[in-house]
Amino acid sequence: MTQAQLSSVGRAPPGRSAGALGWLRSQLFSSPLNALLTVLVVWVLLMALPALVDYFFIKPDFAATTAAGCREAGGYCWALVREKHRLILFGLYPYDEQWRPLLASVILLGIIVCSAMRRFWRPALGLAWVVALVAVGVLMWGGVFGLSYVEDARWGGLPLTLILATFGIGIAFPFGVLLALGRRSNMPAVRAVCIIYIELIRGVPLISLLFMSSVMLPLFLPEGFSIDKLLRAQIALILFTAAYIAEVVRGGLQAIPRGQVEGADSLGLSYWQQMRLVVLPQALRISIPTLVSTFISLFKDTSLVVIIGIFDLMQAARAAVLDSAWQGFSIDSYIFIAVIYFVFCFSMSRYSLALERRLNQGQQR
Amino acid sequence: MAGQDLAPSPRATGARRARRWSWNDPTTRAIIYQVGLLLLVGLLIWYLAHNTLRNLAARNITTGFDFLQQRAGFSIGESAIEYSPTDSYGRAVLVGLLNTLMVSVVGIVAATVLGTLLGIGRLARNSLVSGLCGIYIEVMRNIPLLLQLYFWYALVTEVMPSARKAFSPLPSVFISNRGLRLPWLQGNAIEWMLGGLALAIAACLLLSHWSRRRQEASGRSFALLPACVALLLALPALGWWISGAGFVVDRPVLKGFNFQGGFTVTPEMFALLAGLVTYTAAYIAEVVRSGIQAVNKGQWEAAASIGLSRARVLRFVILPQTMRVVIPPMTSQYLNLVKNSSLAVAIGYPDIVAVTNTILNQTGQAIEGIAIIMAAYLVVSLSISLFMNWYNKRMALVER
Repeated sequence: MTQAQLSSVGRAPPGRSAGALGWLRSQLFSSPLNALLTVLVVWVLLMALPALVDYFFIKPDFAATTAAGCREAGGYCWALVREKHRLILFGLYPYDEQWRPLLASVILLGIIVCSAMRRFWRPALGLAWVVALVAVGVLMWGGVFGLSYVEDARWGGLPLTLILATFGIGIAFPFGVLLALGRRSNMPAVRAVCIIYIELIRGVPLISLLFMSSVMLPLFLPEGFSIDKLLRAQIALILFTAAYIAEVVRGGLQAIPRGQVEGADSLGLSYWQQMRLVVLPQALRISIPTLVSTFISLFKDTSLVVIIGIFDLMQAARAAVLDSAWQGFSIDSYIFIAVIYFVFCFSMSRYSLALERRLNQGQQR
Repeated sequence: MAGQDLAPSPRATGARRARRWSWNDPTTRAIIYQVGLLLLVGLLIWYLAHNTLRNLAARNITTGFDFLQQRAGFSIGESAIEYSPTDSYGRAVLVGLLNTLMVSVVGIVAATVLGTLLGIGRLARNSLVSGLCGIYIEVMRNIPLLLQLYFWYALVTEVMPSARKAFSPLPSVFISNRGLRLPWLQGNAIEWMLGGLALAIAACLLLSHWSRRRQEASGRSFALLPACVALLLALPALGWWISGAGFVVDRPVLKGFNFQGGFTVTPEMFALLAGLVTYTAAYIAEVVRSGIQAVNKGQWEAAASIGLSRARVLRFVILPQTMRVVIPPMTSQYLNLVKNSSLAVAIGYPDIVAVTNTILNQTGQAIEGIAIIMAAYLVVSLSISLFMNWYNKRMALVER
């Protein structure tokens, strides 16, 4: 802003930068390079926008219900969305029971949205979470209240993605906080164990942990004892996320001035009292925006469970175009779930920005 | 160092005094806690190892890395070194590692260039440019990389025409559902040209060192960029001339259902590189943007006041200072790119994870396989961060 004003003041009388024409001139045509860029961008937009509108809204036959109809009309295959959205959203869950994963997703989303609002930040929220998670479990598994039992191998689609992400962050968070505290402890053995864990996990790709959970975890367990595939993937996600959360929280802890601890010491608080009442509340407040980013990464990373054959949103999107009639429509299917992922991740990142602004109000002049 | 701030300080309370073995003594408590933790971790490891050995014995799997010498028996789509199914598992792992490294290096260079341009574009005064860069960044960052890889792969294999109807934007360049085919050079001139290129790079490094020394000593500047470009073009050309212009251009030709000759970028490699580069570039753009914004506004104003154009301010004043802020977060983006290249396994590019996974399925050597993958990534990650730390130290502001 200041930059623009400065240079325009230096080079031209002020009249030229006023008004709509002046805005155009200073914004878009201030220098030959700038004008060239403008022309280039406008050209790209003129080429791309009509083509996109044509591809998504003009060409396609909105009434078509088959792949053949899509092929005939060209453009985006809305018939795929119409015919396969239940498979993509809920996976292999029994067709007639799909209201259950739908309701479970709504409950999960509702509790997440409530947790995002400051007016609900009170102890009762914890209780609400317990109730919500139990309800989700009951709805998904069934077997009680007259609901038929559905084994978790048949779960899939969006609810599975949401469950993996929510449980992932929920369990990884306390674990990560403990690791962060351990890494800053002055007991050398505790510190060493935490550092080794964090660096080891952060140094390897998530895929290798997922492979480890799928091929090595069965070897680790005593004979005759097995954990199912979904739980194994969930464990890998938790172990992975905890290491990242630990580093985020460590950053927050480092930002707390020493005087806070000394003050707490002088009150005679024990270590855990100091952490719980003085240090962690401040450190976590500082780390909230970064924690939200970690949550976004986790949400995106849940898509990797495809690789060990778990039927999440991504795998469901791939399965939707597997049968021969729908072959060649992968891109359409991917665009559909890309929009879903985008909506979730983008709203989280906006939320994190708003939160950051709000929490920093005290620092602003 | 900073790690000692927060925990209770046993030193303050009585490390010097005679030790009283009581629960109220922080030193004693610390020792008990640590012994307890180590015991717990040790027990856990022992328990897992014990179960694992028993399970392996029950399944008749021998442990150890001897299987690496066995014949692999599977083929690998692309490899930088010679490889055939009769080679050993060890060589297959090496092929996978080289593929990972190659994709990582190409990806890091391309993502840095694209990301820097996007980051500068995000801050452009031109609101069309900055808006478009902003949209790109948001879209890329909020869609899982794996989905983007699948998207690129489907784009090549499903939307591109078959080899017979290949799309040819330039003569002898073909884009089809078999990937990208480019003309390539054959013959001994290539070695001479590569030698010339290496010589030119060395000369450029020396020249830049010399020109900086001269500028520091005398204030006279030297047109480094044109000189380097000239060297980079001239020396390979000289190599080509010395070798007696002895090379032929190997042009891809359609034979039957596929192309023969030329250089191929397979759909797998294309999808992996396109996905990694466009995805990581969005993150690098944000790193560059925040780096530029971290430079004090006074620097812009001072540089503008001596009459530098905006482009020159950016080049001579802002970007050099940005480098200092940017190196640590840039390092983590590079590390992320290397780790994300492991997603190659999903689209069938033979990187180290894909190759090791195949071996693991063939031999049942799960533990060794995972250990190889993890060790490879740990070594690569550590090397990158060591190098970047060294570079960071060199670039960091030297104060009194």
